[in-house]
Amino acid sequence: MAILFNKGNKKMKHRTFALPLMLILLIAILSSCTTIAPQAAPSAPGAKGSVTLEFMQWWEPELPAGAFRALMDEFEAQNPGIKVQLISGPYSTTREQVVAGAAAGTMSDVVGLDGAWVNDFVKQGALANLSELMAQTGYDDSALAAQIQLNGSTYMIPVVNFVYPLFVNLDLMDAAGIVNVPTTRSEFAAAAAALTEPLSNRYGWVLPLSLEQPNGIQNDVMSWVWASGGSMMTEDKPDLTNPAVRSAAEYIKGLYDAGVIAPGAFSMREQDKVEEFVNGRVGMMISSMAHINMIRERNPDLKFTIAAVPVEDGYTGKRGLAYASWGIGVAANSPHQAEAWKLIEFLMSEEANSKLSSIANAFPGNINSTPDFVQTDELFGAAFEVFQAASLVNEFVGLPVAEELMRLFAEQFQLYLDGSQTLDDALNKAQEAWMAHF
Amino acid sequence: MSKIFRKSTPLIYLSPTILLLTILSLIPIVMVFIYSFMDNVVMNQNPKFVGMTNYVKIVTNSVFLQAFSNTMYFTVMSVVFHLILGLTFALLLNARALPPFLKAIFRTIYILPWVFTAAVIAILWRLMLNPNGVINYLLITFEIIERPVEWLSSRQLALHAVTFINIWAGYPFYMVSLLAGLQGISEELYEAGTIDGANQRQLFWYITLPQLKPIIISLAMLDFIWTMHQFTLIWMTTGGGPIRATEMLSTLTYKLAFSSYQFSHASATAFLILALSAFVAIFYVRQQKAADE
Repeated sequence: MAILFNKGNKKMKHRTFALPLMLILLIAILSSCTTIAPQAAPSAPGAKGSVTLEFMQWWEPELPAGAFRALMDEFEAQNPGIKVQLISGPYSTTREQVVAGAAAGTMSDVVGLDGAWVNDFVKQGALANLSELMAQTGYDDSALAAQIQLNGSTYMIPVVNFVYPLFVNLDLMDAAGIVNVPTTRSEFAAAAAALTEPLSNRYGWVLPLSLEQPNGIQNDVMSWVWASGGSMMTEDKPDLTNPAVRSAAEYIKGLYDAGVIAPGAFSMREQDKVEEFVNGRVGMMISSMAHINMIRERNPDLKFTIAAVPVEDGYTGKRGLAYASWGIGVAANSPHQAEAWKLIEFLMSEEANSKLSSIANAFPGNINSTPDFVQTDELFGAAFEVFQAASLVNEFVGLPVAEELMRLFAEQFQLYLDGSQTLDDALNKAQEAWMAHF
Repeated sequence: MSKIFRKSTPLIYLSPTILLLTILSLIPIVMVFIYSFMDNVVMNQNPKFVGMTNYVKIVTNSVFLQAFSNTMYFTVMSVVFHLILGLTFALLLNARALPPFLKAIFRTIYILPWVFTAAVIAILWRLMLNPNGVINYLLITFEIIERPVEWLSSRQLALHAVTFINIWAGYPFYMVSLLAGLQGISEELYEAGTIDGANQRQLFWYITLPQLKPIIISLAMLDFIWTMHQFTLIWMTTGGGPIRATEMLSTLTYKLAFSSYQFSHASATAFLILALSAFVAIFYVRQQKAADE
């Protein structure tokens, strides 16, 4: 009995300690849950009345370490009382977080945007009307290279732009006996055929059509349409069956059937495309100017140049050049929209925009800014010439579910390329699929 | 008072776990369930209740049906081959003919695929199955094929290719579990069988397999649930393409949510996946209960 009593006593002692322990744990969990809310809130006035702006973007990791933070420090020095907290992540994660943040009302005050997201975020009521903010502060927008507008109001401003010219491997061109970089479609087809040597695993062109990252439709397919002044839209509706799109699709099919496109196109992503070019397995690719440095780092011996995307034979109008932007917007639910606008104003100023475009190897969003590399680097200088001679086009910017539209087109285009359906079927089905989103 | 305190004591002990499970599992599940009956929640600021409309739209959509069919093929083939490979390697590693050091070496080699994360596996196999990759190089060198095969870009091959990758990545889990099971089978059973005149095949069929049956059932059920949820591997190798050839329920759900912003449709798909998993999970729990009894 005594032993049992002692055991019972021990149990009682354990319970005496365990119960408060459980309660403390419970309180700790509850308190940790409640402390999540203020942290997730868009921003909070800091000490001494200062405001801390949250700025979510994917830019910082893509820039040299500390470079973007230094720019923010400059802004803070110019604007006492405003602090900037950078929330950085990869591009895709940023998009998911912005979607979730907009839904939960915890979106950062200032957000990095891709033009392809804008329509959906505006529909969600997540973005502030920048036209109103500009009007409130009397901002002169004449220096802005572009503004992304919906229903007549601006919701995104492109801070820097990355154009998508044609990259050409000069060593392979020399080996194939091609002297001039192709400027027309027929010249390009001839060059691609001359560059292709399947037994040596070399191809003329590379076309990424992955459904995971369907931006190949924008950068590598539609850029052919835009280069020759064509369009995939009529006013605000898709028009995929028009002669310009038909002609570009038929042309690419011709290249595919001729076997001049590197194999693996249907699951190839943008980074795979660049990899093929870096390793000298393809002679030409359409890619972002942002890849110049990466190509140089990966293969310092590669001799390459940059040119405009070839146009239809006989086309003499102004060339269109595909581009992508690092855009910026303000959260509709931000309590500090005036401070957020100051940050945008700073980034779009001539000096800061020159600095940002210089470190990002991009073209400025302020027409008066000039990045350093234009004078110092021959290739970037060539790209800048292409940029200045062309009109920038990206018809996916501002479209609803833009990425899904690319994916829907990619599916039908893949079926056309592999001979499973006719061009008419492909374009009609893609048109029908797109119309469902308009 | 003390009676109430005594009765509530177990609940107080469990409360941290209950609270965490409620916050991290129950609330999200309930929210997704509610979303699946609403008119495009998240994107629509004033969503309305639309009943079963989202479910009807989803199950009558040809893309969903293809994703379901692909998921079933991917899952069933993975589970079957995980079992066959896992059991084969476990039997080899359990063989008395092998010296211990050799067993240790093989055990390390065989378990390697399990050490890699899905992202690493996806990158590894993307490189190997690339038209310029090592697999095509070897096949061409040994004159098995004439031209590079587009393993992940061909509509005919992509689903088999990703299934193969998943089989390669998942068999070590079976191998380790079955090896532990094999080592737990009493030698006396085999001795008795041998005395009764049973050959090796009969010993395997009438002693080894029945002894491993509870482990095999548990493994197969868990694997079925895990494989059905596989997302990273598919997303990072093919993204569901080419032309939906490798579209799975998981990738379709992601695309519906983060590409089409159809959160209600995505919620309905997610809940259907949950229902399918729960169906298998019920069998698993019942089997576990029966084993305990």
